[in-house]
Amino acid sequence: MSAPSSTHEQGHRAPASRVALALRARELGIVIALVALVAVTAVVNPRFLSAQSLRDLVLGAAILIVLAVGQTVVIITRNIDLSVGSVLGLSAYAVGSLLQANPGLPIVAAVLVGLAFGAVLGLVNGALVRFGNVPALVVTLGTLYVYRGVAFFWAGGQQINADELPRGFLGFGTATVLGVPWLLVIAVVVVLATGYFLRNQRSGRELYAMGSDPAAARLVGIPVGRRTLAAFTFSGALAGLAGVLFAARFGTIDAAAGNGYELNVVAAAVVGGVAVFGGSGTVYGAAIGALLLTTIGSALPVLGIDQFWQQAIVGALILLAIGTDKAVAARVAARLRKESSRV
Amino acid sequence: MSDLLKRFTGWDVAVIAVLVLFVVVASATVDNFASARNLSFLVLDLAPVLLIALPMTLIIVTGEIDLSVASTLGLSSAVMGALWDGGMSIELIVVVCLVLGAVLGAVNGLFVTVFGLPSLAVTIGTLALYRGLALVVLGDAAVAQFPGTWTGWVIGGNAGIPNIVWPLLLLLVVFGVVLHATPFGRSLFVMGANKEAARFGGIRVARTTFWLYVVCGVVSALAGILWTLRYSSARADNGSGLELAVVAAVLLGGVSIFGGRGTLWGVLGGVTLLAALQNALRLADVSNEALTVVTGLLLIISVLAPNAVGAIRSAASRRRPPGGAATSPAPPDPPAPASSPPVQSDPSSSPAVRSS
Repeated sequence: MSAPSSTHEQGHRAPASRVALALRARELGIVIALVALVAVTAVVNPRFLSAQSLRDLVLGAAILIVLAVGQTVVIITRNIDLSVGSVLGLSAYAVGSLLQANPGLPIVAAVLVGLAFGAVLGLVNGALVRFGNVPALVVTLGTLYVYRGVAFFWAGGQQINADELPRGFLGFGTATVLGVPWLLVIAVVVVLATGYFLRNQRSGRELYAMGSDPAAARLVGIPVGRRTLAAFTFSGALAGLAGVLFAARFGTIDAAAGNGYELNVVAAAVVGGVAVFGGSGTVYGAAIGALLLTTIGSALPVLGIDQFWQQAIVGALILLAIGTDKAVAARVAARLRKESSRV
Repeated sequence: MSDLLKRFTGWDVAVIAVLVLFVVVASATVDNFASARNLSFLVLDLAPVLLIALPMTLIIVTGEIDLSVASTLGLSSAVMGALWDGGMSIELIVVVCLVLGAVLGAVNGLFVTVFGLPSLAVTIGTLALYRGLALVVLGDAAVAQFPGTWTGWVIGGNAGIPNIVWPLLLLLVVFGVVLHATPFGRSLFVMGANKEAARFGGIRVARTTFWLYVVCGVVSALAGILWTLRYSSARADNGSGLELAVVAAVLLGGVSIFGGRGTLWGVLGGVTLLAALQNALRLADVSNEALTVVTGLLLIISVLAPNAVGAIRSAASRRRPPGGAATSPAPPDPPAPASSPPVQSDPSSSPAVRSS
């Protein structure tokens, strides 16, 4: 057992850094695209870089970033979570009605409730995938409907308005600390913590192993079922957190909150270089992808391009991103093959 | 004989049984459910989902997926509106839209086969792209006033049978025969069970996949035309989100998301069951939300149940000692009890392909 694993390690180390290099270059690509977009837009209209418009931009991006981080963790394990938009809506409504009933509730408690609520919904997804032996695509497509339906039932056509929420909570949606919006601080913390975990923790690395080859991961003793459960719970918890952020940011919450978000979230991850069939990608890439998608949305009107183009551009970006990843992967594979034949 | 028997004891038959049961109960308990007028509404409601579910079944049977269908429907509707607004004749518009559907499908097919990209990612991309193009073409405008003879035909009927039943039936029979009674159809199941084996067995996997996407594009565009004529309204957001309903109906009908398993009559049962449920709940004044929950639960149950049945069946066959080798053959693959049915159907299908 120990002998083969050590040779495996040795044989793997050099190529792994090269793969990491390729991936880093991949993230550099989106950063360049983002910078170019911002630069061009700022030249056309300098007010695009005004504090107010930048703040609106990052507030919008923060929610998508949090969702994209959770999605990335799930996709890395070769699963997918289509229910995030519905989890966001349900937990936003839950937290909203909780605050409506208890205006004195501290914000931290609201955030924790959102996290826990989302975690339970994510746990249901994970349990169905693990114990039901059902593909994640189908399970989360089903819970997308179920959670959304429950939200509609609960809301019963009502919506929670901003004036029914505590002033302090709404302030949290736009408040800043040292000039940086709280929402962005939370998003950045989520990204950095998850990024550190995925890169440096053993269980984080195991998620990549699962995504690369689930059968092999099982054979080397990775508790695949438990990790799957954890990944879905994590994604659910972050979607719940995003629900709290959504409630604080927009104030008005109805049962349709976050409807259709799943597409944007998956798009952000894919544009950010997370491979849909697992095993590669980083939360940093996904976060920049989310930022890029949000920036496109707010740059188009500034550039005088009809807003109707936005979705088409997002679609084209997704195709471009997966095409690029495929080309990069093919080149890396070719180089690895050359490498190993030389040895 | 036992093969035939096995064919008729699957999940698809269970779905049809549930459907029949449901229709009987609903006819007895829900006012107006069984009226001719309501049933023709039911047919009109299920038409777009059923239409798209036909090629979608073939695609999912080969182990791929197409999430861009509803966007193709929307783009075809938007183009139809823009051209009609521009004064083109309706006959020509229909042809243009169908060709457009073929092109959109071919784009999906190219990305999946030539570039070798995962169909899930590609069609999520084109889902956004095609819907975006529909918005670019028509914006948030709506075009109405399509010729009355055309819109009247789509919603009309003869002797209580809606006109739209005939093209639906025709396509259903064509797709059913192709999938279940031709070597080509068998080859789709082989592709779904094992792409590599299919390739070695002489099946042109890439070419077949490509054409399936083209057909799916054409049928989705046709659904867009029917949608536009039925509501006499061309809008860029027509059929938005329908892809999930189609996938849900196909999976509910017993088609395996992994490919290699499924029947078209099961899909017909799944589509009809969902539509009948929706219709009956609406008549019974149950809110639309209930339907959302029911759809989701049905979808989850439809994939859980066969797995559970498979697990129970394999546990039972392990306990029964068939000629001494009671427990030894079981251990090699416990992680995937669900995948055993397609493997069973595989040997019966590949010789058929090879012999032709």
